[in-house]
Amino acid sequence: MEFSLLMNAIIAGLLLGGFYAAVTAGISISFGMLDVVNIAHPAFIILGSYVAYIVNARYGIDPIVVGIIALPLFYLLGAAVYQIFYLSFEKRGQDSLRGLAFFFGLLFVTEVFLVLVFGVDYRSVDASYIGSSLHIGSLEFPYRMLVPCIISLIMFAGLQIFLGRTFIGRAVMAVSQDPLALRLMAVDPTRIKRVAFGISIATASLAGAFLIIIQPVIPSVGRDYIGRIFAICVLGGLGSLPGTLIAALLLGVIESITSTFYGPSWAPAVSFGILLLTLAVRPSGLLGR
Amino acid sequence: MRTYVFVLIQAVIAAALYLLLRFFGNDYMFFAGYTVLQFIILATAWNILGGYCGYVNFGSAGFFAIGAYTSVFLYTIGQSPEDVFPSSILPAMQAIFPLPVPVIIVIAGIMAGLVGLGTGYLTLRLRGVFFAIATLALAVVLQTLIVNWSFVGGSRGAYVIPPNTVPVIGPYIQYLFILMLLLTIIALTTARLIERSRLGVGFATIRDDELAAEACGVPTLKLKLVATVISGALMGMAGAPFPFYIGYTEPGSVFDLGYAVNTIAMPLIGGTTSWGGPLIGAVLLGTLQQVATVTISSAVNLLIVGLLLVGFVIVAPNGIIGLWQTWFGRRSKP
Repeated sequence: MEFSLLMNAIIAGLLLGGFYAAVTAGISISFGMLDVVNIAHPAFIILGSYVAYIVNARYGIDPIVVGIIALPLFYLLGAAVYQIFYLSFEKRGQDSLRGLAFFFGLLFVTEVFLVLVFGVDYRSVDASYIGSSLHIGSLEFPYRMLVPCIISLIMFAGLQIFLGRTFIGRAVMAVSQDPLALRLMAVDPTRIKRVAFGISIATASLAGAFLIIIQPVIPSVGRDYIGRIFAICVLGGLGSLPGTLIAALLLGVIESITSTFYGPSWAPAVSFGILLLTLAVRPSGLLGR
Repeated sequence: MRTYVFVLIQAVIAAALYLLLRFFGNDYMFFAGYTVLQFIILATAWNILGGYCGYVNFGSAGFFAIGAYTSVFLYTIGQSPEDVFPSSILPAMQAIFPLPVPVIIVIAGIMAGLVGLGTGYLTLRLRGVFFAIATLALAVVLQTLIVNWSFVGGSRGAYVIPPNTVPVIGPYIQYLFILMLLLTIIALTTARLIERSRLGVGFATIRDDELAAEACGVPTLKLKLVATVISGALMGMAGAPFPFYIGYTEPGSVFDLGYAVNTIAMPLIGGTTSWGGPLIGAVLLGTLQQVATVTISSAVNLLIVGLLLVGFVIVAPNGIIGLWQTWFGRRSKP
């Protein structure tokens, strides 16, 4: 019994980790590669959840399909935010303190705005697979966790192929390593960063859809994810997508085991512990350069 | 201006304010005034690390909560020392407890300072961004700890019931208000002293170019830790009287993200380079929010603060003081 409890905790953790990977992918691009510390990323994810919620409640479209349809919108939103950030902070060379404050303000404004529009009630979506589970022996795979996890892994693989194989993707990797050299190659680093930031925010659209499938959402839930996504991003190594994936699965499993054996109210402390430990012992992360 | 003159002027203003409210205001004015003073202390404390050193602390609510919960903890012990201490030291403890609020404030300051030291030691050796992220997560973790700690009420919250009146002063809220006035004077004087000392110069070198400062022999890690401890301790001290003010303390209200946003918004809107900035920002935003909370709604006033923060960092990077200096001739310091 103890063993199957542990196995189920590990499986739940891996599924959760797959979802965390989707949540962190955007931060891994913006913070890890572009050096833009977008602490407002969870706010965009919650925004994605509410978009999925509105369309699902109105037209009954599957939240993941909504997430995919909304990708271009979130891309444009991201590109616009980056443009403001670039003109106001990066260009003037004072992006550290005020840039952080800017994103923090954005996080806060989005949250309060959602509270004003939707109130603080929990919102959830309907889809045919929510509520049932796949059973293999004594192991249980709830579909509401399994579906987001699988699509998240597909998205992750897609991002990795995009960054490694296409011209734009390689330019993004280059801008994270040496923007000046990129400029010498007649590529505009700002444009590349805008595209990359747009992509990072676009991932929030899908991640938000996953989130509202996995759990009911209120505007303030984004805060719980700030510590988590940065812990994953730092643990995995800045700018390394495979590292991010490994770290996400690891954190998922540790959190799931913690909440199974010590109670769910302790789970939020896990990510912070990991973050501090990583920063103290190995700041470059698992697969960092 | 010499420091004692500065303190004297503050004391006169504080006394005038108190007497004005006492004879022409009502109890509500003291409640509202308490909140504004609390924000002045928090904003000044934030600015010691954020404005002088350039390190962003998103965990103001966490440090504030350490102060508040130190208070709750000590108050709870004071209610029934016989349940907590073994009988051998009980008589001594019964003589000590319940502690007076000023002593609690000092202990709260020490606790928050220690947490600042620990967090800073682990993260301040890295780029500033990591410290910012760690403080952001710190608030979440402290909240987790408090929610799981039933002695201080857990997620249910805890009642701290102050006496109705205090000898000599009268209503308890006025006593708290005077304590906050004293703390405000301490915070502003500390900030001004730092600005004018070698410490302040050291902080400024860190803000301007940390690598160059390190290369010139400035002990940057030590200075950053000093700033974090002072800043954290002041925030903790600001939080200590809060349970007595609010009466019922629960994690959700103490760890409110609004504290973090206000604490950052006020110095950035006022201006971060001198002690006057946070003061101006806190008085303006604090008063505005008191008015907006009463007349519109508390959610809308937070939205206003957020929008002002975003607007100011984009349009006026040096805050109101910076705007003043550009409009009225004097060039702002580079």
